[in-house]
Amino acid sequence: MTYARPPLARRRLQWTAWAFLAPVVIYLGAFYAYPIIRNILMGFQDYTAASFVTGIAPFIGLDNYLAVVNSTMFWPTVLRTAVFVVASLAFQFAIGLALAQFFSRSFRLSALLRSLFLLPWLLPLIVSASTWKWMLDKDYGILNAFLGVFGINAIGWTVDPSISLIAVIIVNIWIGVPFNMVILYGGLQSIPESLYEAAALDGANAWTTFWRITFPLLRPVTTVVLLLGLIYTLKVFDVIWITTQGGPANSSQTLSTWSYQLSFGPQLQFGLGAAAGNLLIVAAVVFGALYIRAQRKQDAA
Amino acid sequence: MKRLSMKRSWWRTLVGVILAAVMLFPLYWMVMVSVTPRGELLKTPPTLVPDSVTFEGYAKAINDQLPYLGISLAVALGSVLVTLLFAAPAAYALAKLAPRGGGAVTFGLLVAQMIPGIVMATGFYAIYADLGLLNTLPGLILADSTLAVPFAILVMRAFMEGIPSELIQAATVDGAGAFRTFRSIILPLSRNAVVTVSLFAFLFAWSDFLFAVILTSSGGPQPFTLGIYHYISNYSKDWNAIMATAVIASVPATILLIVAQRYVAAGITAGAVKD
Repeated sequence: MTYARPPLARRRLQWTAWAFLAPVVIYLGAFYAYPIIRNILMGFQDYTAASFVTGIAPFIGLDNYLAVVNSTMFWPTVLRTAVFVVASLAFQFAIGLALAQFFSRSFRLSALLRSLFLLPWLLPLIVSASTWKWMLDKDYGILNAFLGVFGINAIGWTVDPSISLIAVIIVNIWIGVPFNMVILYGGLQSIPESLYEAAALDGANAWTTFWRITFPLLRPVTTVVLLLGLIYTLKVFDVIWITTQGGPANSSQTLSTWSYQLSFGPQLQFGLGAAAGNLLIVAAVVFGALYIRAQRKQDAA
Repeated sequence: MKRLSMKRSWWRTLVGVILAAVMLFPLYWMVMVSVTPRGELLKTPPTLVPDSVTFEGYAKAINDQLPYLGISLAVALGSVLVTLLFAAPAAYALAKLAPRGGGAVTFGLLVAQMIPGIVMATGFYAIYADLGLLNTLPGLILADSTLAVPFAILVMRAFMEGIPSELIQAATVDGAGAFRTFRSIILPLSRNAVVTVSLFAFLFAWSDFLFAVILTSSGGPQPFTLGIYHYISNYSKDWNAIMATAVIASVPATILLIVAQRYVAAGITAGAVKD
């Protein structure tokens, strides 16, 4: 198209294009790059509450990182983050896929029911998390009342340090299922009907059809859903903070909430909080690169 | 044969309704708790339907939380405006004008979405402390817009790529400048994408908790997410008022789902993003 134009017109076109693009580039610089750079710098500074007043925050090299990594909190928090991410993803994906598969055949009310499933995902997290907080209440919560029917003793979902991580995982699964369901539903719809017809003619049962046709053809979508889910789940803050504030006794703390706790907790150790946050960036960027590669591969296919 | 398939379809509907009921139970419970008298909330075991219904939770919620909800509305609308202002021209450029370096910008957008919110928020806090933007409405609006801008560009770009280039060429031949073409042809034709993006930008900002708790918690205008948070962290047992606020705060998402459900599903699939 453009190659036929004389160079002058082509240059003008570039000027026009960049006139439209420039605001957002400036925006990205000011509202993404700058905060991130500030956070990265803070990770190398002795940044405290006083620094905001005095403007003094001496550079201390890797001290913050060493303090974070050598903290007794570090490895348990990394482990909890990993458990939180893996457990959330596994269940969100499994439940999301089962629901997508269930809804992939249309039946009476299927469209309406399918869209109702989106609601948990669209609601503000403070709404879902505080509702769950009350449902998970040890003494007055409906979940323990329900379990009590089966003779299970009251569980201290949000107050028992050995359970609280499971509690926030349950809430996070509930919130993430719709996202998985919608994307996987889209993936299922794009599998040609003729393949299923052929399988049926060959006498394949549902189990074989799923493992031989659905699952392999869904693989690109699966990769995207899982990697995106991984990136989002690493970031999760609201759900945990509202449900348990990372407690009791840090038992549901992940890297995200820990970083917040360090920066904005009673100690106001911004340098340490920034360092912990920067470790999170590294993880997000690594998985992000994998995601972009998977996306490109899928586009190319 | 016909009867068999009918029977199967009913079976599926029944299972579907049960699944939806299980999935949506927390929302049912939220509404029930919001109308349960305070005394009855501490009854064990709780009953699925309250013995009596009260609206005192809503009275308290409206009394305490109305200013917070107003702030949230202002922040969400402001964020929609900022998002469209930056995202729509950029999407047009990336979709139709083939700017040199456009690929790098797109890549930047993808990366931007992956940065953990806590990192962004801490960075904003440091910058805002310098600029005096902490605890201000514009500060929160700008921070919240970052939740939507990359998503908005990617969704609108995908949509605008589908607009025939002949239309743009025809406009150019007729003597329309680039801005004129954008305003009178591209934007009207992209109405669906603009609506989708606006809805999501509204919802992202409306739901934001992390930026609010970090950037506005030392006073100044606060959104309802902090209003509810104050309720919870005061160890208040006014759960009917908390849940009443939650119900009110769920209204925008619910309206969005009813009015624009096809846009919602399209938005999730097209952008495949959510913070």
